[in-house]
Amino acid sequence: MNENFDVIVVGAGPSGNAAAYTLARSGMRVLQIERGEYPGSKNVQGAILYADALERIIPDFREDAPLERHLIEQRVWMLDDTSYVGSAYRSADFSKPPFNRYTIIRAQFDKWFSQKVREAGVLVICETTVTGLLLDGQRVVGVQTDRAGGSIYADAVILADGVNSQLARKAGFRPEIEPREVALAVKEIHFLPEETIQSRFNVTGDEGVVIEMAGKITQGMVGTGFLYTNKESIAIGVGCLLSDFRKQKTSPYALLDRMKAHPAIAPLLAGGEMKEYTAHLIPEGGYHSIPPIYGDGWLMVGDAGMFVNGVHREGSNLAMTTGRLAAETLIALRSERKPFSARNLARYRASLDESFVMRDLRKYKNLPRIVEKNPQFFTAYPELMNKAAHTLISVDGVDKKAKERAIRQRFVAARSRLGLLGDFFKLWRAFE
Amino acid sequence: MTQAPPSSKPAGRRKAELDPRFTSYKGVFVFIEHNAGAIHPVSFELLGEGRKLADKLGVELAGVVLAESDGAAEAFCAEAFFHGADLCYSATHPALAHYRNQPYTQTLTDIVNRHQPEILLLGATTMGRDLAGSVATTLQTGLTADCTGLAIDPDNRSLAATRPTFGGTLLCTILTLNYRPQMATVRPRVMGLPERDTSRHGRIIAEHPDLIEQDIVTKLLEFIPDERRDEANLAFADIIVAGGRGLKRPDNFRLVWDLADALGAEVGATRPVVQAGWVTADRQIGQSGKTVRPKLYIAAGISGAVQHRVGMEGADVIVAINPDPDAPIFDFATYGIVANAMQILPAMTAAFRQHTAAMKKAV
Amino acid sequence: MHILVCIKQVPDSAQIRVHPVTNTIMRQGVPAIVNPYDLVALEEALRLKDRTSARVTVLTMGPPQAESALRKALSFGADEAILLTDRAFAGADTLATSYALAAAIRKIRDDMPVDLVFTGKQTIDGDTAQVGPGIATRLGMQLLTYVSRIDRVDLERGEITVQRRAEGGVQVLRTRLPAVITVLEGINEMRFATMPDMFRAARYGLTVWDREAAGIGDVTKIGLKGSPTVVSRVFAPTPRAQKAEIIQTQSEQPDDLVATLLAKMFTKHPPLRAAICPRAVQRT
Ligand SMILES: Cc1cc2nc3c(=O)[nH]c(=O)nc-3n(C[C@H](O)[C@H](O)[C@H](O)COP(=O)(O)OP(=O)(O)OC[C@H]3O[C@@H](n4cnc5c(N)ncnc54)[C@H](O)[C@@H]3O)c2cc1C
Ligand SMILES: Cc1cc2nc3c(=O)[nH]c(=O)nc-3n(C[C@H](O)[C@H](O)[C@H](O)COP(=O)(O)OP(=O)(O)OC[C@H]3O[C@@H](n4cnc5c(N)ncnc54)[C@H](O)[C@@H]3O)c2cc1C
Ligand SMILES: Nc1ncnc2c1ncn2[C@@H]1O[C@H](COP(=O)(O)O)[C@@H](O)[C@H]1O
Repeated sequence: MNENFDVIVVGAGPSGNAAAYTLARSGMRVLQIERGEYPGSKNVQGAILYADALERIIPDFREDAPLERHLIEQRVWMLDDTSYVGSAYRSADFSKPPFNRYTIIRAQFDKWFSQKVREAGVLVICETTVTGLLLDGQRVVGVQTDRAGGSIYADAVILADGVNSQLARKAGFRPEIEPREVALAVKEIHFLPEETIQSRFNVTGDEGVVIEMAGKITQGMVGTGFLYTNKESIAIGVGCLLSDFRKQKTSPYALLDRMKAHPAIAPLLAGGEMKEYTAHLIPEGGYHSIPPIYGDGWLMVGDAGMFVNGVHREGSNLAMTTGRLAAETLIALRSERKPFSARNLARYRASLDESFVMRDLRKYKNLPRIVEKNPQFFTAYPELMNKAAHTLISVDGVDKKAKERAIRQRFVAARSRLGLLGDFFKLWRAFE
Repeated sequence: MTQAPPSSKPAGRRKAELDPRFTSYKGVFVFIEHNAGAIHPVSFELLGEGRKLADKLGVELAGVVLAESDGAAEAFCAEAFFHGADLCYSATHPALAHYRNQPYTQTLTDIVNRHQPEILLLGATTMGRDLAGSVATTLQTGLTADCTGLAIDPDNRSLAATRPTFGGTLLCTILTLNYRPQMATVRPRVMGLPERDTSRHGRIIAEHPDLIEQDIVTKLLEFIPDERRDEANLAFADIIVAGGRGLKRPDNFRLVWDLADALGAEVGATRPVVQAGWVTADRQIGQSGKTVRPKLYIAAGISGAVQHRVGMEGADVIVAINPDPDAPIFDFATYGIVANAMQILPAMTAAFRQHTAAMKKAV
Repeated sequence: MHILVCIKQVPDSAQIRVHPVTNTIMRQGVPAIVNPYDLVALEEALRLKDRTSARVTVLTMGPPQAESALRKALSFGADEAILLTDRAFAGADTLATSYALAAAIRKIRDDMPVDLVFTGKQTIDGDTAQVGPGIATRLGMQLLTYVSRIDRVDLERGEITVQRRAEGGVQVLRTRLPAVITVLEGINEMRFATMPDMFRAARYGLTVWDREAAGIGDVTKIGLKGSPTVVSRVFAPTPRAQKAEIIQTQSEQPDDLVATLLAKMFTKHPPLRAAICPRAVQRT
């Protein structure tokens, strides 16, 4: 049997699903190959879904997608060993439909998305690993799988195989990832009754809360922690640069365990039944780490192309958007009867440059390097801020002015006046 | 579906008056299983449990013996009386010499139809589960399989049979509404053995099964007994030393065998160990392996997953060796040693050898 | 030869949790798998197919999602697949399940006679091992449970010889076809599907039968109505009263730990002393 398709999509995460769905809806013959037992089986974690990217692909997704809670409150905590200083933003406006951000459980969400993909006419094959790309000279003409009789041909292959993208590395499309370009994240889900979550987080119905965390929890490594509320569970996790883990010889699980024991976090999880999940990499290298993302007969989307906005913890929306834009590029070329050559596929890069994806990544392009070189953002500052808060709030007979002076002195002692100024400037530049 | 608890609310409220055609069904019957001339211990356990049920209902407890000859049957009936039966139905025929589904189903179904018990219990053995499924389907009545608890519902005198489901994660209690008899197979080694009282007697009621060997389609060509004696012993061993994946390498499993030798114990294992081929499959303990009930169970390198737990938690004393203080096995073991099994096992072997040597001297 | 394999889609029991407060099952996120014991039955059927070029049909009764279980079976090499699905089947116990499956098998038989029906030893959600015997009884087929090996199939004489696990040994049984075989676990390893089979399974147009299509007229025999047993209560096993007593010593040396354990154990559980009787013969 000689199977032949217009496009083969490797991977059934958000990026692959967005691409396959978009292609099939315009009549392309699409094969999608996923290594996991079913789409989402390797993606058990809870996550945040940004509605906009999905809405552009499936406008009425809210009707049947498995959404957990819509977010009405965002907290940011800077943690010290026993305390935190934090801010929170909560607005009743977030409770007016259509909602903008949801918590989801990836296993269920990916399964749902994949069902839509199938209904759109894509042939989805699971439990099959793509082991290599079939080349005709420089041109990608199909894929090789781990099954007998497993060479399949197509006019284009979309690599949506996630952060490791062994395929791209094997084919030489992309260099080895540097340990400082990826974060290693671990995540657990703790099951709790719905009512407990509602009362603990002060929400009703399907309203939800996110807590973003930084500070002592990462033990001086560059990274952040997070906590999301699902319907009947809480997702909690922490991620730090792989290079830092190597340097510190800490295991991510030990880090997470300590984080869960923090006196501000432990009560939120108390009584829950924990399910543990394996660690996962997040591309955090930002703009500068994006490899070539197209060539003769191939395109790269999602995490494979390092499309993650580490600052705002956005990934799935970039994945879906890159998947959609890659598909739209192929659809346009097909309708113009143009071949899927590298030259023509350059349009994909151009449309990305125009989109929020590249604009956002460009905006923060220097941040990864700055934080990497300036660990004080993750060590000294959280501690100083917690001490400051403690000093200010304690009513102990010391006048406020004296307190402020003491705080200022502590900051300067820790970072020097110039250092403080420099840090402020670096951050300001990075976010500008 | 099949007896998985419904996701909606349980249907326990569906109560109905017993159909008039079943009101004459009285008494508790226990199927007496025997192999190679010996009664299977589960039958004694059932007689003990059946006795309690019968007393609660104020009815008689009957054993049902199917055997090849009157001589063989009589000995089985006598044992049934010693263990609590008031009477026995004894069906004998050469075609019943060894277990086959067709003649056994036919004979047992006929006895049930003729004598109309309200409860019929069998052991959840390969024989009992084969036979019970066919008898229940022929009689069109309910059967609760592999039970671990039996009770009488005081409201309506019906049998409340409790069994594990979802691999032991949950238990459910099942009622058979409006059909008789209420049938259950019961897991061996779950109920206690009743006291054997040789002063007890009972009535034997002879049955005359209407069987013709030529009409029986299935023929036994051969019976191959388990040559490896230890295979059959596991389920009835007093002491079991079991090893899990925590032993890391197949050659470390030797430490388990050594300790077992020092104790005169049997060797058990978890599923991953069996799958890795360190020991044969007949040593697997748990949901998809054997259920054991020793006096002492020593678990080395075993995490205590629920699928393993259901097979061994009936042990009187459980000793767990595991370096992970949070391992689930410590939630239900009697004693725990938080340490490396590769060091503890040899120390135990030496200590127990010393202990037995000292005992011998003392005698 | 025509072999029919009954398979069931079940929640992966290893991942089922009980709600800590309400004691109900939390199915959220629990993946559905093909009952592992049924894959053993399917593989055994496929091996017979390899030997005798039999046709293998898979049959399942379940919700529409059970389709994925059938596709999996097709990818391994089953020829045809039938999904029996109808709201009226919901809540079936083993008696009602075997009624519906037997009815469907009769219907399949009209099209092509069935020589063998394979089922798994048991399901991992129900754990009853009753559906196989139920089907055999309803269809008047010979029943061979806990089969660990198929020694011989003699199509000419319509006979099959198998090994059946029994208490204390193995029965070698010969019987006439058609027969129902429930297959013991661990006797084979499922094959790895080929890419062409994956394609065929993904594209295969399933036969879907509702109650009427399966030729079932009597609704009192199926689903909740046809089930003499009812679940009156579901609950989590009571955890052992207390956690393990952790043996601790000053030195934490293995010998000291063991000595402390033995002392405790023999004081609190005197019968254990007598239970120990070391084996004279050393193993080699
Ligand atoms: C702990 C954690 C928390 C996160 N939280 C958020 C969040 O809150 N919001 C957010 O927007 N993003 C979040 N992200 C990022 C987000 O998960 C990713 O950006 C997104 O999943 C990328 O999608 P993808 O389709 O490119 O890759 P993936 O989701 O990784 O999918 C790749 C798929 O390809 C398959 N595959 C790989 N290789 C092969 C092969 N050779 N053959 C066949 N199949 C193959 C894999 O099995 C996988 O299913 C988080 C990530 C992590 C790790
Ligand atoms: C349908 C189904 C049926 C199943 N049936 C069964 C069954 O019948 N029987 C069964 O056993 N399982 C069964 N399982 C598997 C079960 O879920 C578990 O996976 C299994 O019991 C785990 O075995 P384990 O404890 O040996 O391994 P693990 O869970 O890997 O545990 C190993 C333990 O060893 C400890 N350890 C590590 N190093 C050492 C050391 N140096 N010394 C001592 N301890 C150490 C670790 O801390 C860990 O706790 C079944 C699963 C399913 C899904
Ligand atoms: N709903 C069903 N559809 C198809 N086969 C089933 C179904 N339920 C049970 N079986 C078969 O019967 C066997 C025994 O199931 P059980 O009696 O539930 O333990 C299983 O291994 C399956 O082969």
